[in-house]
Amino acid sequence: MVLKNRRQGSRLTVHLSGELDHHCAKKVRQEMDRLLADTAIKELVLDLRGLEFMDSSGIGVLMGRYRTLSKRGGKMRVRNLSGQVERVFNVSGLYRIIDM
Amino acid sequence: MAQNEMAMQFDSRSSNEGFARVVAGAFALQLNPTLEELSDIKTAVSEAVTNAIIHGYPGRIGRVEMRARIDGRVFEVIIADRGVGIEDVAKAREPLFTTGYGAERSGMGFTMMETFMDELEVESAPGQGTTVRMLKRIGREKDPEKVR
Repeated sequence: MVLKNRRQGSRLTVHLSGELDHHCAKKVRQEMDRLLADTAIKELVLDLRGLEFMDSSGIGVLMGRYRTLSKRGGKMRVRNLSGQVERVFNVSGLYRIIDM
Repeated sequence: MAQNEMAMQFDSRSSNEGFARVVAGAFALQLNPTLEELSDIKTAVSEAVTNAIIHGYPGRIGRVEMRARIDGRVFEVIIADRGVGIEDVAKAREPLFTTGYGAERSGMGFTMMETFMDELEVESAPGQGTTVRMLKRIGREKDPEKVR
């Protein structure tokens, strides 16, 4: 699992690549929370182009970060989902609350 | 491929989640599945193995068993642990149900298994462990109710 980020004003873009399962969830959660500790960040964009696998543990990570952003009146967007990741995302119903 | 079987055991360490789903996927390759069918199997196995690791053996390392079988066009996989077991299986299978054990569980593990496989059976008893049996028919018209 590789996590890269880019900051543009109040927007933080995080690129996730590799596989996001329970094994990697803790590391991703901690790294994203470290970045989101800066409360000036109001928009989180998750770019999942390089993400090859995600299961419901990954959904848990996304939901948690969504809550963090919501609490500060911010928003979260997810982009470049494909294949297996998109199928899991669709089943989770997350597309109802997260902008694509 | 008429019939074939495999079985393995591994420690309930999270690093084995990826290992187990790759093995299950590689075994299923004999059925010449589509990419979607293959990722469905890997996702469902990942969910079942993660459950065994987190909920079957909380705070300790136990053994997880995975058995897979091919019979005609049917792929069957069984994930079993001898851990704490589930008191109320029907409740555990409800979407969004979570024990709260471990941070930020989405409560969608069984929902993923049900959606991506054709059949799901869960047998469990407190103190006895949990056995999850899943079945998927490969290479047929998809059920329109299922997610694409």
